[in-house]
Amino acid sequence: MIIPAVISLAALGLIFGGLLAFASQKFAVEVDPRIEAVQGLLAGANCGACGFAGCAQFAEAVVDGRAPVNGCAPAGAQAAAKIAEIMRAETPKAEDRKVAQLKCVGDCNTARAKAVYDGVPDCKAALMFGGGPSACSFGCVGLGNCARVCPVDAIAMGENGLPKIDVTLCIGCGLCVKECPRQVIDLVNARGVHHVRCKSQEKGKQVRAVCSRGCIACTLCVKNCPVNAIHMENNVAVIDSNICTNCGTCVEVCPQKTIV
Amino acid sequence: MSLKTFKGGVHPGYHKSATEQKPVVPAKPPAVAIIPLSQHIGAPCEPLVAVGDEVKMGQKIGDSKGFVSAPVHASVSGKVTKIAKCNSALGRPVDAVFIENDYQDTWHESVQPHPDWENLTADELKKIVREAGIVGMGGATFPTHVKLSPPADQKIDYVLVNGAECEPYLTADHRAMLERPEDIVCGLKLAMKIVAAPKGFIAIEDNKPDAIEALQKAVAGEENIEVAVLHTKYPQGAEKQLIKVLTGREVPSGGLPAAVGCLVQNAGTCIAIANAVRKGLPLIERIVTITGSGIKEPQNMLVRVGTPVAEVVEQCGGFTANLRKVIIGGPMMGLAQPGVADLPVTKGTSGILCLTDKEVTIDEIHPCIRCGKCVDVCPVSIMPLFIGSSVEQGLYDRAEKYNALDCIECGCCSYICPAKRPLTQWIRMAKGEIAAKKAAAK
Repeated sequence: MIIPAVISLAALGLIFGGLLAFASQKFAVEVDPRIEAVQGLLAGANCGACGFAGCAQFAEAVVDGRAPVNGCAPAGAQAAAKIAEIMRAETPKAEDRKVAQLKCVGDCNTARAKAVYDGVPDCKAALMFGGGPSACSFGCVGLGNCARVCPVDAIAMGENGLPKIDVTLCIGCGLCVKECPRQVIDLVNARGVHHVRCKSQEKGKQVRAVCSRGCIACTLCVKNCPVNAIHMENNVAVIDSNICTNCGTCVEVCPQKTIV
Repeated sequence: MSLKTFKGGVHPGYHKSATEQKPVVPAKPPAVAIIPLSQHIGAPCEPLVAVGDEVKMGQKIGDSKGFVSAPVHASVSGKVTKIAKCNSALGRPVDAVFIENDYQDTWHESVQPHPDWENLTADELKKIVREAGIVGMGGATFPTHVKLSPPADQKIDYVLVNGAECEPYLTADHRAMLERPEDIVCGLKLAMKIVAAPKGFIAIEDNKPDAIEALQKAVAGEENIEVAVLHTKYPQGAEKQLIKVLTGREVPSGGLPAAVGCLVQNAGTCIAIANAVRKGLPLIERIVTITGSGIKEPQNMLVRVGTPVAEVVEQCGGFTANLRKVIIGGPMMGLAQPGVADLPVTKGTSGILCLTDKEVTIDEIHPCIRCGKCVDVCPVSIMPLFIGSSVEQGLYDRAEKYNALDCIECGCCSYICPAKRPLTQWIRMAKGEIAAKKAAAK
């Protein structure tokens, strides 16, 4: 009873196996093995910061020569060097890891609001309402566009109305930088600890009128920096992360507590 | 006779009773007039005066070489104290000329009546309209002389005077039609002469029977002008809807009324044209409705352009204690303001609406229930629900495919949405993003 069943199943198996073997030879699709190798080296977040739909598309583009070998910011310099090896391209100059940092300290307690905004909870929509509800025209709007675009949930809106960026999670893709309509998020060297958290180009008096913690361009930090890493640009102090030693002197001298 | 109307639209509460019976009273001239150099759609003006100059009333103080632009004039006589930024209803600071009023109201020598105005040619009339700085006074502020210059291959068959005033609360056009019907008819006839149109309509909603009567009297004996009575429905006064209702013609997507042989002028604009041509007056004052429960004495006022909104409000008894929101324009299409500091009345300010916390309700945004009401009420037949959800996800390309650019921002969809979704606001955002993307691509 069992024998005919075994035989017929075995025969069927042989026939289909033969067909599959034939098909795999005849209809084989040649895939460049480099694509898979490159994809294996990418961050795998599918963040889209490279400008392609996802990591697989980026890997294809690299192999086709449509994308640079170091186009994946989250994967970092090491991965870029390995990809360059696969592609037999020149190893790009290693860059330091970059992370997003918020350049505003104007939260709901320190920055003055000029009006109550009840509209669509979106930073871009809020700016259409008389240039935004906050009195400062350089500060964070606080409606969370950056948090919504972050592909790795490194940004969360804090209770004080400002986004909180977790730099350990940040992959430096820069999507939040592109999204922010006020440009208060910068991609900075991950080595830096202290940042001037204000972008107001106004003079001290106007800054004080709208925010109790904004940079008033007093230049105390510039004068006190032991390694001359700080200079003034458009009434805001700027720290050069290549020179900064993270000594923290500027944090101590800043009268507005803008540098944190 | 069934009243004329269009597809879609809504019936909001009209709230016009506070001011519709109140005659227009002149407002006090401002101590310092703030005259923005950009009060129109198009190229902003360059100042023609410098700080310290003495200017006279009606003197041209700003002009531009651009075709789509309109000059601005001093609305008081006095001294230019500064040229600096002031706030605008659109939310962007604009350059403005600040004039300290000497309260003499001395007219500039360029303000002269045209005694022979009935025999002027179309080109001469057009030039007068341009020099008077006339713009569309319904709120869109498109330069009128540009409207009056349609492309040579487009013949204008109809000139329509828009007296629908479908925005709730506002009564500025209503009072203008009641108090100055002859000027409106004169302005219409001049516009018809400029574009050589054989027929004119004056369109009024049937909730203003007294205005209909006044204008019917004024057009008696004019064979080619008709007063058209419209069904009271919002947005009856939208340009494209008005044309469809009165002529049956549909303005194509992305096109202008001239493409279907029509020209639409607001009632206030007609008065400005008549004043400019007959008396030589530039556009330096306009009727503004100051209303809403948030103001102590609602009124219609004839306000000089450049008067700070705060001063106008003061003359109406000031704000009430429970004021919540100030809107420039009407409640459906007007623009909420973050404050009235340094904000002047401009050529396009049809109303100052002050709402209290009772009238302003803030609702939570709920998910779309796909009832389709927004599609039903949309007068331009787009599907706001899909544009809204696209914008919510940041898919502006998809919003463009759903014809977001055809939206006239009338606000019917947001008004009707049972899920309280801010559809119009989302579409406005999409328009901004699409425009920014197009500008970047250039």
